[in-house]
Amino acid sequence: MKPNFGVVVFPGSNCDYDAYYVIKKIFGFEVNFLWHKDKDLQKSDIIILPGGFSYGDYLRTGSIARFSPIMQSVIEFAQRGGIVIGICNGFQILLEAGLLPGVMLKNKSLQFICKDVYLSVANSETVFTKDIPTGKILKVPVAHGDGNYFTDENTLKELVVNKQIIFQYSSKDGEVTEKFNPNGSAMNIAGIMNKEGNVLGMMPHPERCSDSVLGKTDGALIFNSVINNFLIEV
Amino acid sequence: MFKATVIIRRRPSILDPQGVAVEKGASLLGLSNVKETRIGKFIEFVVDANDKSAAEKEVNEYCNKLLANPIMEDYEFKLEKI
Repeated sequence: MKPNFGVVVFPGSNCDYDAYYVIKKIFGFEVNFLWHKDKDLQKSDIIILPGGFSYGDYLRTGSIARFSPIMQSVIEFAQRGGIVIGICNGFQILLEAGLLPGVMLKNKSLQFICKDVYLSVANSETVFTKDIPTGKILKVPVAHGDGNYFTDENTLKELVVNKQIIFQYSSKDGEVTEKFNPNGSAMNIAGIMNKEGNVLGMMPHPERCSDSVLGKTDGALIFNSVINNFLIEV
Repeated sequence: MFKATVIIRRRPSILDPQGVAVEKGASLLGLSNVKETRIGKFIEFVVDANDKSAAEKEVNEYCNKLLANPIMEDYEFKLEKI
C-alpha cells in the first residue's frame, strides 16, 4: 500500500511546501495540506508537522499551536499508533503537546544557527531509521534559535534505556562529543521518538536535503525508511 | 472581576542564556556589582469571575496548561478585585 501523507499548516509554518514537494515530487506519493483550523486528517497515514514559526513563536515555541483543532486530531492519531514526524518547529510542538518528553530552550550561544550538521543514528531499529545504511552519518541542515533540548535526569535516563534517542549531533565520523553540539542539547540530542516508536521529533531538516538538485540527499534516507517500514510497524 | 498578574520564572537549575547575555551588557555599562541576572515573563489579564477561588482556579489552569511550561518554569500570581 502506498502511504498518504498529510502536512499540517499553521499560521507561520514555512517549511510546509518543502515537505509537500519532497513527498509529491521526489517520492511520488499522495500528500495533502492539513489546515490548522480543520480537524479532518484526510485519511493520512503519515503526518508531518513542518518547520517554521507557528503563531510567531509567541510565549514559547509550539505552545499555542498545540491547542489548534488539527492538533487534537493529530494527538488522537498518534495515540492510536499513527506515524507523526515533527521537524524543527514541529518537534517543538510535539514537546508542548506532550507527545514527546522534554522542552526546547534557547540555543546556548543565543544565536540562530543555520548550517549543515552531521547526525549519528543512535537507534537503527526504528521505522524512521531501519533502512538507513548501518554506520551512515547523515549530513542535514539545522535552522533554529531554540534547539537546546532539555529534560530532567530521570527522563533522560528513560530515553537512553528505551532507546528513544534517534539522532545525535556528531562529527562527520560519528564522534558524539560536546565539540560537535551546535546548541547545547542534552546528550547532543537532535531527534527522539516516543516509547511506542511512532512519533519522531527532530530539529534538523530532512526535507531540505532530499532532492539531488540541491546537492544533498541524506534526508531522503529518513523519508524512505518511513515509507518502507510504516506498514510493518502500525 | 479580578485583575491577575502572573510572574513566570525559569527554574533556578536551568541555564538562562538570555540573562547571561544581558548581564554582559551590564558589565559593559560599568555595573560591576550586578550578578545572577535572570529573565522571566510578566503577564497581566482580567478574570471575569465572582469569587476569588473560582478566579484562582482559572488562573492556575491558564498557567499550568499554557502560560508556563512546568518542565522548566515556575509561576506565581496575584489577584486584585476590580
